[in-house]
Amino acid sequence: MDQLALLGRKGLDKLAAFGRAGMILFQSLVAKPQPLVMFPLFVKQIYFIGVLSLIIIVVSGLFIGMVLGLQGYTILVDYGSEQAVGQMVALSLVRELAPVVTALLFAGRAGSALTAEIGLMKATEQLSSLEMIGVDPLRRIIAPRFWAGFICLPILSAIFAIVGVYGGSIVSIDWLGIYDGSFWANMQNSVNFYDDVLNGLIKAVVFGFVVTWIAVFQGYDCIPTSEGISQATTKTVVYSSLAVLGLDFILTAVMFGEL
Amino acid sequence: MRMRILEISVGAFILAGILALVGLALNVSGLNVSNTEGAYTVYARFENIGGLTPRAKVTMSGVAIGEVTEVILDRDELVARVAMNIHSDVDFLSTDSSASILTAGLLGEQYIGITVGAEEEYLQNGDFIEDTQSALVLEELIGKFLFNEVSE
Amino acid sequence: MTQFDDVVIDIQKLSFSRGDRPIYNEVDIKIPRGKITAIMGPSGTGKTTLLKLIGGQLKPDSGSILVDSKNIPALSRSDLFGVRERMGMLFQSGALFTDISVFENVAFPIRVHTDLLEDMIRDVVLMKLHAVGLRGAHDLMPSELSGGMARRVALARAIALDPDIVMYDEPFTGQDPIAMGVLVNLIRRLNHSLGHTSIIVSHDIQETLGIADYIYIIADSKVIASGTPEELSRVESEQVKQFIQGLPDGPVPFHFPANDYEDDLLKGNR
Ligand SMILES: Nc1ncnc2c1ncn2[C@@H]1O[C@H](COP(=O)(O)OP(=O)(O)O)[C@@H](O)[C@H]1O
Ligand SMILES: [Mg+2]
Repeated sequence: MDQLALLGRKGLDKLAAFGRAGMILFQSLVAKPQPLVMFPLFVKQIYFIGVLSLIIIVVSGLFIGMVLGLQGYTILVDYGSEQAVGQMVALSLVRELAPVVTALLFAGRAGSALTAEIGLMKATEQLSSLEMIGVDPLRRIIAPRFWAGFICLPILSAIFAIVGVYGGSIVSIDWLGIYDGSFWANMQNSVNFYDDVLNGLIKAVVFGFVVTWIAVFQGYDCIPTSEGISQATTKTVVYSSLAVLGLDFILTAVMFGEL
Repeated sequence: MRMRILEISVGAFILAGILALVGLALNVSGLNVSNTEGAYTVYARFENIGGLTPRAKVTMSGVAIGEVTEVILDRDELVARVAMNIHSDVDFLSTDSSASILTAGLLGEQYIGITVGAEEEYLQNGDFIEDTQSALVLEELIGKFLFNEVSE
Repeated sequence: MTQFDDVVIDIQKLSFSRGDRPIYNEVDIKIPRGKITAIMGPSGTGKTTLLKLIGGQLKPDSGSILVDSKNIPALSRSDLFGVRERMGMLFQSGALFTDISVFENVAFPIRVHTDLLEDMIRDVVLMKLHAVGLRGAHDLMPSELSGGMARRVALARAIALDPDIVMYDEPFTGQDPIAMGVLVNLIRRLNHSLGHTSIIVSHDIQETLGIADYIYIIADSKVIASGTPEELSRVESEQVKQFIQGLPDGPVPFHFPANDYEDDLLKGNR
């Protein structure tokens, strides 16, 4: 009986947290826009969230593209269709790996940093102090970070995909000696801009929204102690990874499945 | 000065994102902006379409000239009816052209290959290609082959 | 009671609890306009909490907090931000914004609430920093300051807009004797020349007695004594005497509520 009550209370706690997350999202985004104040803050956050994540994204994209080229070649060569390696590399990157891996790396790199930063601001009373100065921290601190994350993930994902494709082409064409005309032609014939590229981009937009939302909420809602912040940071990474993988399945089913 | 470097790098970052998207569009998906509009539709009936699906390409001498838009069962003739969009600049398919369902590689995807005939008149929007050749179905081939072996 | 002809903050029947633990139980406090009011009490009694309640960052369980007859807990979010523009608060930890310099910290409220030109902002900021003795530190980042310096910068920020009500949460803690003297004078001068209403939360009894016009002593979720410094020094209550003289034992518990000490120690042996 106690167990049941505990379960019920946990469930209600989660539901309440979800409600708070929704309110934070609503209050930070539905606000009178103040472009002059907000724009510099927004640019600064794109720098911290996007530009500083670029290196890890480019390096991972390159290696994943190269691995796909190698693996694809060894599988396809048995069927005599190694020409199709370009198509395999590009489709798996554009549809799946670019948005998903970028989102996972983003959660680890930028999401955790966002949570820790906001949590520390809360612990050192910077958020309270903003409120007392008469500035809404949701608009000042949360909103620019939120928008920046929302914008950065699709950009990073597109960069990941293109770098990956070139990584795959280096392996396939320069090392494994596939004729470059058929590599690119095969790829271009099978990848469709609207169905594959745009759908991949939509995935990245959705992931950007969810990961950033989780990150800023965990920071804003954390217990303002060093332990609370470290827990919140862990939660950001775990929850965003799970959310990304779960949503990826749903989005894939809707976009590419026969539903 | 620090702010300036920050702004420049953010600008470069967004530009890189746009370039990456353009690269994906042109290099990876081979999006061709000019011929997305302006296409006409022709139809063909096949005994068996094998694994042909919408979005499969339509080629002539190996060059892509359009794509399959719809595959349905024709109620009157009880065979498959395939609709395909042909780029409007390919306006020289004679009315006696033939269409066959081909396979790319041994296990590759299926597509339609068109061979033109000798007529002076050309196919118009909504016309049917009468001369068609169905997909090769591996099981039927093997079946025939075995049957011949046995009957010999 | 001429003190209370003009009350700027009127707290009536305020109750507030953290979880099951009551912090305030039907407390009435009046803060006179243009005076320095001190809130004193053992640590952990809820002095910081009181300032946050006045600032509207916490909502009371019941009771009203009238600031110029506006009831803070009942205000909408945007009205609340309007009232806060007239308040300055020095946080216990300083709470400087760590990503911008000392100068920008002090300039922050000015930039948010006024359209002053950059030249004028610079003058105002340097004046405020000069007042707390840290004009030379305007280029430093908050991480390069000591705790006491950070609190002085935070004080400069709290008074940057010349607010009507300034709340100081333990301004004297961590200050060396010289800075302490300067701060006491600064607070008194701000109060007298500009007519600020000041609320000081403090443990430093001597400084506080010297500076305050009126004092509330809080313990056990209640106001246990209030009055001018002279009145308080004449109060006979053991509790108040103990607090003002700083004796460890007496009716004001030094200990956080706990089980019997011996019991707790013996439990470990079982
Ligand atoms: N965020 C919080 N959550 C739960 N309890 C708190 C919180 N902040 C303060 N408290 C409790 O409220 C009481 C009053 O705190 P505070 O107002 O900071 O005391 P002080 O008089 O020393 O400023 C303390 O006993 C503290 O344990
Ligand atoms: Mg305190």
